[in-house]
Amino acid sequence: MKYLLVLPIALLAAPAVAQSTTPAELLAQYSTKAGAEASAERGQALFMADHTGGKPDTPSCTTCHTADPKSAGQARTGKPIEPLAPSANPERFTDLKFVEKWFGRNCNSVLGRDCTAAEKADVIAWLASL
Amino acid sequence: MKHILLFAIAAIAHSGGAFADEMEYMPPVTHAATLEECSACHMAYPAGFLPPQSWSVMMDALDDHFGENAGLDEETRAEIEAYLVANAGRDRSKGSTVPLRISDLPWFRHEHEEEVSKRQFEQAKSWANCNACHKQAEQGIFEDD
Repeated sequence: MKYLLVLPIALLAAPAVAQSTTPAELLAQYSTKAGAEASAERGQALFMADHTGGKPDTPSCTTCHTADPKSAGQARTGKPIEPLAPSANPERFTDLKFVEKWFGRNCNSVLGRDCTAAEKADVIAWLASL
Repeated sequence: MKHILLFAIAAIAHSGGAFADEMEYMPPVTHAATLEECSACHMAYPAGFLPPQSWSVMMDALDDHFGENAGLDEETRAEIEAYLVANAGRDRSKGSTVPLRISDLPWFRHEHEEEVSKRQFEQAKSWANCNACHKQAEQGIFEDD
């Protein structure tokens, strides 16, 4: 009986299709969560900066993504990374689960902690402006 | 003829079973989640390249995966670990430390160190990048190219 009750709720909460979104939608969601407007300038500064809190091999987002998000980057393994800017790669920021997974990993690799909603909004605002 | 002679000399030089250990074919990953998650950053290395305990240790420490955070949700992580352990290779560590880097294994070093030129390595960027030279690596074929 419990399961019968849970099922309709689960169906309401999670659409059957893969979570699809847009850069604008994500930007709005993260900004709302942060309770502040996003700043492309702050996003650029965070992206470009060298940080010390994370892992020594990845001091900056640019370590792998390069300083030009419109071109491809390269993982430390030698594998190419598709561009981050939606203008150069329309698949970016269209899958919430994917975005959350990679912010989760990379913020911890570079900063040694999770990024805040405000930081995510800032970075997306900058990348979407390119 | 020259090749046959060279081969014979090499075979003698390598006698002691090294040939059987060359691993020129290793069944590729077929498990969907393993293929998808591992190949996000590098080729999904065949499970047979490491013994079971290596995969267990590695999959238990994804927050520091060779210097990067490669964390996964618990369900996916456990599923991938189970696949890798079930398809792992023989334990050759003889009780010493658990190997984690395939490229640190004696057979790997033996096969690559005198074979790979500096230029080739610079192009590949990392020992992690099998496909830079082994074009059919993803099909499990690691013959000398």
